[in-house]
Parts: sequence; structure tokens; C-alpha cells
Amino acid sequence: MSENHNFIHNDGGFNLSRRRFVKGLALGGAFTGLGFGGSVFAVTMKQARPQTLRGTKFDLTLAEQAVNFTGVPRVATTVNDSLPAPLLRWRVGDTVTLRVTNLLPQTSSIHWHGIILPSAMDGVPGIADDFQGIRPGETFTYRFPVTQSGTYWYHSHSGFQEQTGLYGPIVIDPRELDPVEYDRDYVVMFSDWTDEDPNDVYRKLKKLSHYYNFNERTHADLMRDIETKGLEATWNDRKMWNQMRMSQRDLSDVTGYTYTFLTNGRTPADGWSGLFRKGEKVRLRFINGSAMTFFDVRIPGLKMTVVAADGQNLEPVTVDEFRLGVAETYDVIVEPMHDMAYTIFAQDIARTGFARGTLTPDLVMTAEIPEMDPVPDLGHNDMGMGMHGMGHVGHDMSKMNHTQDQMPDGQMMSGMDHSQHQMSEGAAMAGMDYSQHQMTMNGGVDRSMLKPNPSDFTAGPVTHAKTEYGPHVDMRADAAQYRLDDPGVGLRNNGRRVLTYADLRNLQVSPDLREPDRDIELHLTGNMGRYMWSIDGIKHADAEPLRWKLGERLRITFVNDTMMNHPMHLHGMWSDLETGDNNFLPRKHTVVVQPGSRISYRVTVDAEGGWAYHCHLLYHMLGMFRTVIVS
Amino acid sequence: MKRTTLFLLTMALSLPLIAGGKDDPLVYKVMIDQLETRITNGPNPLVLEADAWVGYDLHKFWFKTDVERVDGETEEAEIQLLYSRAIAPFWDFQAGWRHDIKPKPDRDYLALAFKGLAPYLFEVDAALFIGESGRINARLDAEYEYMLTQKWVLAPEFSVNLYSKDDEERGIGSGLSDMSLGLRLRYEIRREFAPYIGLNWSKQFGDTADFTEAEGEDTSDTQVVFGFRAWF
Repeated sequence: MSENHNFIHNDGGFNLSRRRFVKGLALGGAFTGLGFGGSVFAVTMKQARPQTLRGTKFDLTLAEQAVNFTGVPRVATTVNDSLPAPLLRWRVGDTVTLRVTNLLPQTSSIHWHGIILPSAMDGVPGIADDFQGIRPGETFTYRFPVTQSGTYWYHSHSGFQEQTGLYGPIVIDPRELDPVEYDRDYVVMFSDWTDEDPNDVYRKLKKLSHYYNFNERTHADLMRDIETKGLEATWNDRKMWNQMRMSQRDLSDVTGYTYTFLTNGRTPADGWSGLFRKGEKVRLRFINGSAMTFFDVRIPGLKMTVVAADGQNLEPVTVDEFRLGVAETYDVIVEPMHDMAYTIFAQDIARTGFARGTLTPDLVMTAEIPEMDPVPDLGHNDMGMGMHGMGHVGHDMSKMNHTQDQMPDGQMMSGMDHSQHQMSEGAAMAGMDYSQHQMTMNGGVDRSMLKPNPSDFTAGPVTHAKTEYGPHVDMRADAAQYRLDDPGVGLRNNGRRVLTYADLRNLQVSPDLREPDRDIELHLTGNMGRYMWSIDGIKHADAEPLRWKLGERLRITFVNDTMMNHPMHLHGMWSDLETGDNNFLPRKHTVVVQPGSRISYRVTVDAEGGWAYHCHLLYHMLGMFRTVIVS
Repeated sequence: MKRTTLFLLTMALSLPLIAGGKDDPLVYKVMIDQLETRITNGPNPLVLEADAWVGYDLHKFWFKTDVERVDGETEEAEIQLLYSRAIAPFWDFQAGWRHDIKPKPDRDYLALAFKGLAPYLFEVDAALFIGESGRINARLDAEYEYMLTQKWVLAPEFSVNLYSKDDEERGIGSGLSDMSLGLRLRYEIRREFAPYIGLNWSKQFGDTADFTEAEGEDTSDTQVVFGFRAWF
């Protein structure tokens, strides 16, 4: 029974009182299962909660499954009849064998997102070596050694199956002692469900790109602006948007108008619940398994200490809120000190809805659900205009303090100042519980011996390729700046301490300290109105593969020539994000490139074969995609 | 003339063979921009303005039509079949055939148009129609959508026609022929369907006005209109 629960406790901490607690949860789980998604759902879904599968051999069956999230029966694509797919719990050092049987009427595939493995096991039809997808009725056996610990996920890489439910979490336990101390952990996987056929969603976007946007500026906004700023200032403000024919409220292509946002497969109405006992350290493994939705995540009343990004351990940083881009994962530790319930609140970036969960000592207790934040406006810097001289322009470490200014209560450590950490770690971490982690995690590395190796975040002039000019590209960012310390549209100066990429610092010294052998600049391009997406103005179908040399160290810079966030995912190799100190680059599999900005990361090209490299927004990736060939 | 038209049509229809792909599926859209009754002193005309397209991101095949029916009789009917090619981020160039079915006699034109979104978000269709015997018609349509709320939209529009020479049989004079201004307030029950009410003012000029006066009809009119806009 307990196997059926998304309830995981740390190795070794199993005592009598804990066991009773597990039993209590089991009953509660059964109880809440009855109210899960309405009666149809309770009847049709075989599991009320995601399964957990452990070990080294797994049988996964892809099939259609009746679901009902909105009151309308629909057919989802699922793994083992579960949405999300079962949690796969692996162990570092094991070789896992996954027999995936496709009972869907279409060709399918499973991609292990963020997992370092041979190309042939990566699961992208037509790109992974010798892999053409799993045809209906066929079984494909994936087999690869597990070399990394952390939180990851898996999903279909065929058609729009990701939108219709084919995604699930992966947790890999380390062999050694986990540097992160916790009493229990939960996977919190967000996703976006639509009753519509994803092909219809895509076609609607092609016919009317703002089809799902019901937060456009209206008469009331104009009147308010004129009242507060005056007519002339309002006219000047509107001028650029009107001339560029862009919407300042173009935050998300597909919204809560069609989406129901899910937490571990549960609607906001039903909610997902995780139990805790006060004083425990609870590790929440947040995964964004959405097709299109960025979530802004917070737990009112609790500070969150971010300990891992994209599965990789970070130097802990404590925040109130973080933005979870599509396909990203963050692990956080929370320590609820009271016998009360807390709401895990994940509003979508466009403020059209939210996913919700509850952390509670008792399933009958729930917490208040906060109001959504107001709908934000994109700024000139989001257009790569740099017109208003944002604090982010000319990004350097001394300016990063501005994020701190947003947080008046001064509760958090001075996490932005990396050099300070390096000099006097103990002092900087004072008041945090992590000093002991520092000891165990550093693994004998004396950081003070490493010379700071800061990145140069001064952006040169932007040059655009010839292929970026034409009817398929509606915007080019001419003053794209590094904006690592920018929490992003809708999160700026919101009174909360919001995680930014500038906060991310790898726990361990970067394994590859080489300076890059060569630089590659890629521009993210598109035409919103025509709903076309590309890289350097060339869509995947027309593009030559990127050819990388085995063993080289690359520096890849993205320039975002659009006004949308694009979560760029490189398969097979880590993206070592330049966040300030090149000795401690956080390793990510998915890097969000903010609108009108630039960002750089390093890649050690250590994986031979064919790899996918793409925007993880499902309706962008068809065009905004490159095949990478490493040889 | 006919041969050119045929060539363009063949080109447009052969597109599916050369274009397409996963990211760029064949998409179609049918838009009934206006289907309305205009309140007049006499019988109320029923007016249809609609278009449809099928194709890919950058290449499409367009159909446009304007029809006016009064008392069960079709008084005016125009169709256009066009190949449309994206030439700039917000602009398409369209070329093809325009056929005026009513009033009689029929007229054929080679149609050339720039259709797109101008700065300040004006939807513009600027067309030049080249007919037989040196008949040239220049037409400009412009429309703006002002969002009162997310669902109430106020849409002013402007249309003007110029002709190179008199076409007396059809009551058209050279020079500035006619102009209309419309203002429609629609409520989008959903994106695809919006009933509206509005006002339509139209005026004829020059010889066109003279021809109309000779028929004993008004050359200027302000009408209350109501109808709906729908697409799929």
C-alpha cells in the first residue's frame, strides 16, 4: 500500500513512530482518493496516486487512459495507467533496464530528461543513434548505467504526447551520504492539462496567436495610465509597442483559458497533500512537466532553501519564491515549525491560474490559497531594447545586490555576493543550518585556494545573421544584456526574495575548469503573429545539424530575439551556466533564456552521437530545435 | 489576363507538394468578418464580408468575398482568389483574380494586394485591381480593434475606392468613387463568435454619385447595422 504513495522517506530513519505515521497517511490517501478529480476519475484511474517503482528493472506500458479533470471525460496518454507516470527511483551506480511497451495507436518514445546516457538510449526518434521511436505494439528496452543523483523526469518525445499526459518523475539516490539532509521528501510535479486536442491548440495559435490570452491591455489600463502618468508619457510608453506591433501582455502562449494546472496529477480543486511533522526537514522535489507553462512557486509562511537545480546540488540559497521554467527542476528544503497547513502555490507566469498543493501535519487541515498576483507588463528590457537602462544592464557582481533590495526584511543571507562566500563561508552562512553540509559536501576542496574566475558579463554589440531577416522573424534584440539577477517579468520588486540564476552556485567545484575552446552564439527567433519559431531564423526542418567535436569545451551564448522565455534543453551533456564564478558553475539541463536577454553556458562535449537541442515549450520546439552531432 | 490568373492558381494549389512539415502543418481558416443587416428606409440589405485561407506559414491560398443582397436579390457580389506570400514580418503580398459577379455586366481584374498589420496595429488591405480596357481600381481597407474589455471590442473601419475611368454600365465614375466609415461594437462570446451592433456611413463622390442620383437613389447614407462575426 505504501508503495502506492508518493511518500518517500530517507534511508535509515525508519522507526516506530514513523511507521505509524505512514499508516495514517495510507488511510488518508485512500480517503482523499475518493474525491480525486470527480467520480469518473476515481473510477477510471487505477491509481489514485502516482506509483513509485524502485529497483533496476522496470516495465513501463504506454497506453491510452480515460481521465476527467474538468468534468469532461477525455483520453490521456499514460505510463502504467498513471498520470503523471510512475515515480522511478534509481540509485547511482546501478544499471537500469526499462522495457517500454507501446500500446498507443501512434509511435511513441521515452526521453530521460537530464540523464547522462549513451545517445542510443536518449529516446529521441530520428536523432538518438539508431532510434526511430517505439511503434505501436512494440517493446523497446532501454538500458544504461546511472551516474548521477538528483531529481529528474521522463517524458515522451513523440508528437504532442507530452501534452496529453506522458511524463513522470525520476529520483536518483546517491550511493554516498546525500549532502542534503532531510527527514522526508516529496516529488511535486506540475503540469498543464487541456481537454483540447494539442493539434487543435497548435492550429489555433497559428490562426490567432493570442487566442488564449485574455489579459490583453484594455481601455481601463489606458485610462489608468493616462491618469497616473499623463497623456504624453502614456503615448510615449505605448509608442514602442504600437510601432513594433507587439503585446505587452504576451506572457504565455497557452493559458488557464484551456489549461487546468496539475500538481502530481491533481487539479487545484482537489489539491495534492504531503504530510509532515513539525520540525522536520522536508525536501520538495519540484519538477515542471508542463507543455507550455512557467510556474512561480512559493509556500506562504515558509522559507525555501534551494539545494539543487536540475538535479545537481547547489550551494544552498534561501528564498521566498522561484520561477520554475518548463522542464526545470528545483529541490528545496522547508522546515515547518508549526502544526499548521501550508499551501504550495504555483501561479502560472501569465497569472491565469495556478497549481496547488498542501503541506500539512494532518490531512483534514488545509491552508488559505493566496490571491494571484496582478498581470504584469513586459518591459522594454524584455524586448532587448535596454531603453530604460535597467539595473541589469552591464551586469556585474557589484550590481547584483539590487535583488537584495527587493527583500526588505533582510532575512536571507547575502547570497548574491559570491566572492564573500568564497572568503568567509562560515560567516556568510551564519544562522543557516548548512554549515555542516559545507563540511561534508566540499569533499576536501579548499575553496579559498581557488582564485575567483568571474565571467565577463559585458555584452558586446549584437549582430544578427542574414537568416534572421524576413517574414519569419518579427523582432531582433539589439541591446540584449545578461540579466542573470533579473527574477523576470512579474517577479520584479514584488516584496519577496525571488531566486535568480545569479544565485545558483554549484556545490562542488566544476569538474571541467578548462576555458572554452570555442564560442557559439545562437539566436532564438520567431514570429509570434504567424506563430513560427526558429533558431537564427532557421527552423529545424531547414537547418544543418550543429557539429561538435568530442572532447572540446564550448561556450554557448543565447540571444533571445523574442519576447518570450525559452527554456533551452540540451540532451546528453550538461549546460554549465555562467552565473559569476566559473569555478562553481551550476550544471543545468534546461536553461531559461529570458525575453530580449542573453545568457552563456559552457558545455563539455563528452557524449558521442546524435542529440536534440531545443526549446522545451512544446509548441515552439518543432521549429526552435537543432540536431547536435558529436563525433 | 485569364492565363495569368490560371498560372497563379496553379502555383497556389501546387503548394502542398512543396511546403509543409511537422512545424508547419496545413492550416485553414474561414472568417465571416461581417454578416449583417443594415437598417434603411427601404428593404434592409444583408451584407456579407468574408474570407478564407488555406496553406502554410508563409504561403497561403486566399478567398475573399463581398456580397450584398436586398429583397432576396443579390445586388453586389465580388469574389477574389489569391495566392498569398509572406514578404515581411507583418505583411503578405497577394496576387490573383477578382471577379465581380454583380451588378451586371461581369468584370474581371488582376488583383494585387498588400495585406497586413501596420504600425499602431491597424489591419490594412491595400489593393490594386487591373481590369480590361484600362480599368483600374485602387482600394484601401483599414481596421482597428480597440479592446474595451477582454470581450468587448470596438472596431472602427475605413474603406475607400478609386477608379481610373468611368464604367457607366455599372454606375462607377472615375476618381474618388466611394468611401465608408464603420464603427462596430462586438461582444466575443468566445473567440470564434461575436455578435455586434454598429453604425455604417457611406458616401459616393464624383461621377459615381451622379450615376446614382440619376437612378434616383441616395449617394450618402448612415445606417445602423447588426450582425455577427464568426470564424473557425
